[in-house]
Amino acid sequence: MEETFDLVIVGGGPAGMSAAIVAARAGIKTIVIERGEFPGSKNVYGGVVYVHEIEKILPDFWKDKTAPIERIITDSRIVFANDHGAMQVGYKTDRFSDPPNVITTHRAKWDRWYANKAKEAGVLIVNNTVVEEVLRESTGKVIGVRTGRPDGDLHCKLVIFADGAQSPLLVRAGIRKEVKAEHVALSVKETIQLSEEEVTKRFGTKPGEGVTFEILGSLADKMDGVAIMYTNKDTVSLGIGANLEQWKKSKVTPYEMIDKLKEHPMIKPLVDGGQTKEYVAHWLPEGGYDTIPKLYGNGYLLCGDTAMLFNALHREGTNLAQETGRLAGEMAVRAIKEGDTSERMLSEYDANVKNSFVLRDMRKYRKFPHLLFNNPMIFQTLPDVVGDMIEEMLLVDGKSKKEKQKIIVRNIRKKVGLCRLMGLAWRAWRSVK
Amino acid sequence: MSKIEDKLYTTRYRVDHNTHLKIADMEVCRKCEGKPCTIFCPAKVYIWDEDHIRVVYEGCLECGSCRIGCPYFNITWNFPRGGYGVQHKFG
Repeated sequence: MEETFDLVIVGGGPAGMSAAIVAARAGIKTIVIERGEFPGSKNVYGGVVYVHEIEKILPDFWKDKTAPIERIITDSRIVFANDHGAMQVGYKTDRFSDPPNVITTHRAKWDRWYANKAKEAGVLIVNNTVVEEVLRESTGKVIGVRTGRPDGDLHCKLVIFADGAQSPLLVRAGIRKEVKAEHVALSVKETIQLSEEEVTKRFGTKPGEGVTFEILGSLADKMDGVAIMYTNKDTVSLGIGANLEQWKKSKVTPYEMIDKLKEHPMIKPLVDGGQTKEYVAHWLPEGGYDTIPKLYGNGYLLCGDTAMLFNALHREGTNLAQETGRLAGEMAVRAIKEGDTSERMLSEYDANVKNSFVLRDMRKYRKFPHLLFNNPMIFQTLPDVVGDMIEEMLLVDGKSKKEKQKIIVRNIRKKVGLCRLMGLAWRAWRSVK
Repeated sequence: MSKIEDKLYTTRYRVDHNTHLKIADMEVCRKCEGKPCTIFCPAKVYIWDEDHIRVVYEGCLECGSCRIGCPYFNITWNFPRGGYGVQHKFG
C-alpha cells in the first residue's frame, strides 16, 4: 500500500463515498479505507434515505433496477404513546411515490451498492482496514494516515474524515473532542421478518410502498425515548433509543426496552409472529449545532456523522452526510487541482456547509436538543396526558361531556400544571421557530 | 425473544481472538456504585461476576457507549482489527 494518492477518505458510509464519487469523477486519485468487510457492513441507521441529496450524485437512481430500494414511503406517521395506548397523526399521499421523496433501504445493502458506483467512477476501496493514526508533518499539516496493515502508511494531499459519530481516531489525534454521553442517543434496532404480502397487508399500503412511524412517549422507562418503525420489502425495522446520559441512571437494559416496545398494543399486531433477523446498536449524534466540531483544518475535512451533523427534530442524518460528503468532495477537487490544501483554502468548505440546508437547519433548531434534555416531560408526561384526555372523551360511561372536561383539566393540573404546560409550549416554540 | 443471547445470535460476527475492550483498572469497577455499563451496554458485554467485571467482547455491537458512558472512563476502547467484529447484514 505504499502508494501516493491525491485524496484519502476514511470511512465508506454515505458521506465518505459521496465525497469519493465526486472527487474520482473529476480525475482525483482517490482511495477509501473501510474497516468492515465491505462498505456498509459496520453501518447502522434508522432506515430511511432521502432521494433529493442522492440525486445530486446519481440522477434518477431510483429507476435503476439494481438499486436496493425496499419500499417507497408514501405514508408518514407520528405517534404519541403511553404505556397502554397511542394517538397517531399521519399523512399519506401518492405524490411521494413518483418521483419518490423518501425510500427505505438497508444500510449494509445500500452502501455496498453505492460503493460500486464509486468503483465505476475510479475510486479504489480497501476493506478490512482500520485507520489507526493521522500522519502529520512538522508544521502540523495532515499528510496522510497510518492503517493497521503492514507497511500501511498512506500519503496524500488531503484527508477526508468520514469515519462516523464515534471516531476514536479523531479523538486520539486531537482533531475532535471526545463525545459527551449527553450528546448522543444510544439506539438499538431489530430487523423483523414477515413476508412481502404480510407487510403490505398489515400496514395497509400499495405493493412497493411503505409507512414510517416516529414514536414518542413513555416507552423508554422514564427516559426521553424515541422509537421508530419502518417498513421494508419483507421486513420491519423496529428501533428505540434514549439519551446515553439518562441511560447511565436507568435500571432497564436496551434489549428489555425493545422487547417491551414489541408488546405495545399499537406495535404488537404489526410485528407479531415475525422473526428477528438482526439486532444492532448505534449512536444518534443528537447534541445539535453546539456540538459540531471545526469542519476543516490544515490538510483535512470532516463530514457527516463525524462532524455530529444530525437533525434530531426531523430524524435526518444520512442526507446531511450525503450533502456534506458531496461538498467535501467538491472542495477536495478544487484544492487538489489548485495545489493548495491549506487551512485557509479549505475554509471555503466551511462556508459552503454553512450556506447549505445542513447548517441552516441545525442552526434553526440549535436550542432543540437543550429543550429535550432539560424537559424530559415532553416524552413522558405529555403523551401520557394526551392519551388520558382522548381516552376520557372516547369512553362512554354515563358521565356528561361537561364532567369529562372537568376531569381532563383536573388531570392536566395534577400531572403537569397549566403554567408549566404553557411555559413548555413557549420554550418548545422558541427552540424551533 | 426475550434473551439478549438470542438477539445476538441473529447478528453476524467475525470474532477476533484478542479483545478490543479492556478495563483499565478493576479496582475502579469494584468501587463503582451503579455499574451502569452492566445495564446500558446493548450487547451485555459487561457482566459483574462477584468481584470483577467479565468482558464478553465477542458480542460487542461497536456502538461505543461504554467508552463515554463509563462514569470513570475506565474502559479502553478500540475498533476491532480490520475485518473483525460485527458485520451487518441489514444495518
